[in-house]
Amino acid sequence: MKYLPLLWRNLMRRKIRTTFTFLSITVAFFLFGLLMAIRTGFGVGIELAGQRRLLTVHKMSMIQPLPFRYLAQIQGTPGVRFVTHMTWFGGVYQDPKNFFANMAVDPEGILRIYPEFVVDGDDRERWVNTRTGALIGRKLAARFGWKLGDRIPIQPTFFRPKDGKPDTFEFEVVGIYRGATPDIDETQLFFHYKYLMERTGDPGTVGWYAVEVEDPARADEVAHAIDRQFANSPAETKTATEKAFMQSFANQIGDTGAILTAIAAIVFFVILLIAGNTMAQAVRERTSELGVLKTVGFTDLTVMALVLGEAVLLACSAGVVGLALVTLAVPALAKAVETFLPIFYVPGRSLALGLGLAVLLGLASGGVPAYLAQRLSIVEALRKR
Amino acid sequence: MSDALVQVSDVHKVYTRGAERVDVLKGLELEVGRGEFLALMGPSGSGKTTLLNLIGGLDKPTSGRVAVAGRDLTRASPRELAHWRARHVGFVFQFYNLLPVLTAARNIELPLLLTGLSRAERQKHVAAALELVGLADRAGHYPMQLSGGQEQRVGIARAIVNDPTLLLCDEPTGDLDRQTAGEILDLIAELNRRYEKTVIMVTHDPLAAERARRVLHMDKGMLVEAQAA
Repeated sequence: MKYLPLLWRNLMRRKIRTTFTFLSITVAFFLFGLLMAIRTGFGVGIELAGQRRLLTVHKMSMIQPLPFRYLAQIQGTPGVRFVTHMTWFGGVYQDPKNFFANMAVDPEGILRIYPEFVVDGDDRERWVNTRTGALIGRKLAARFGWKLGDRIPIQPTFFRPKDGKPDTFEFEVVGIYRGATPDIDETQLFFHYKYLMERTGDPGTVGWYAVEVEDPARADEVAHAIDRQFANSPAETKTATEKAFMQSFANQIGDTGAILTAIAAIVFFVILLIAGNTMAQAVRERTSELGVLKTVGFTDLTVMALVLGEAVLLACSAGVVGLALVTLAVPALAKAVETFLPIFYVPGRSLALGLGLAVLLGLASGGVPAYLAQRLSIVEALRKR
Repeated sequence: MSDALVQVSDVHKVYTRGAERVDVLKGLELEVGRGEFLALMGPSGSGKTTLLNLIGGLDKPTSGRVAVAGRDLTRASPRELAHWRARHVGFVFQFYNLLPVLTAARNIELPLLLTGLSRAERQKHVAAALELVGLADRAGHYPMQLSGGQEQRVGIARAIVNDPTLLLCDEPTGDLDRQTAGEILDLIAELNRRYEKTVIMVTHDPLAAERARRVLHMDKGMLVEAQAA
């Protein structure tokens, strides 16, 4: 701590240069935070999904329906603890741009298989018992200003009512769920599958099945057992862990994690050059002062530590400001991107990683100048004025 | 065994610049007693500053031995030399060599940062040094806010704040006008006389050398003449 005034005064020696370098590093860490938030948005489903749940879909395509009768057969498969079904509805609210996930489900089944959707007691009862009820996520409610008791018209995009009534499904908001952790998607709407069947006629099909296995270690074995039952049938199935499905889905738009990591790496490399240049210039300019420090008794290692400390102080202070700014900005940005990225936040571990990177950036940018300062001959240094 | 504070025995110093070999010191012998005030004179390139650097542990001879208070500096590691300088030697430079980003007090405090003193103790030492050089009211001034003479006084305060045995001055008045130079020399002489600091001063200025108790002349890397002041 006693060297802090010296480090600070040295940084402030060239205010404009230090300010530009500081801002460059701040922007880099702001970008890093944003990239981590985007990465979280793309990857969180994959990380959370785990091996406990399987998804059974049509072998040809996920959008092909599966017979409803498969439910009982899957439930009877050894190793299966519970199964429920889900059907993509694809409705929109008022305008096609108001996109959000909405699905027809078994009201009790969805709560059992997705315990991470937290629904309060009264809401839970209303949801299960209200045929035209909708269970919506907290963020979805906030997005459209919906509250319990509201009646919301949803326009279907490919389901058509059989009763000739207006081409709109009207749901009553009977429950609002929240995620057990910040990673849970709170932008979905669920409604009763039976109500969908009433309005459209019962084709005897569902979209896909969500299966809970008894032993995650035997998930693959159970998946094969399920698929074997429907082999050579008109609707063959493909069963895999939820995690595998999420990963496969994410891979359709490229390896986002790798792309984002590459962008972050490029940004940091450029910043390393900028900060390194700043430190190299700073040391070159005060060669004789470093000689004076050594003359009065500072050891080579202490001088090296001072140069490194200066670089780390600059990188860390700018990094902390960048991370603080992105932490403040992301909640506001989350509202703007929630249609595409329902989960959008900077995880704590990313902030910790950011701090670690700030220290590394400081050490890397100050490494060579510090080494040169450590090697500096006193006599040579004192000759330079 | 001699009771000299500084003993320089058969010291050679050779620099190589590319293929060129420059013999800066050629078998130099010197003893400086405790409490002495020695002036080293000679033309540029005669090896005065090189000798001062060797005695201050800033550089090592190519061969020979340099010892201060019985300690052989030629055998010490760079780290040991740094610790030794911090405790036993004060340096005064021609161009003051103050850090421009630090106030006078912070500049003087630099050597004390290497000690285990508390902040309050360091400030007490700094205040005493400032008082001694007559700049108690300039503690918060930056070097660019001080005159040349005041800067040199700060440089001297930094050199003595650790209460060193040996004070090495390299052209301490070389950048000052006659009157200011006289004041600085008075101060150095007082440090020698009243506080018993052993002073070795390199100078071109005969008037400055007159303040010393002994004057030695160097030329081409050797002592060529000695006279008592």
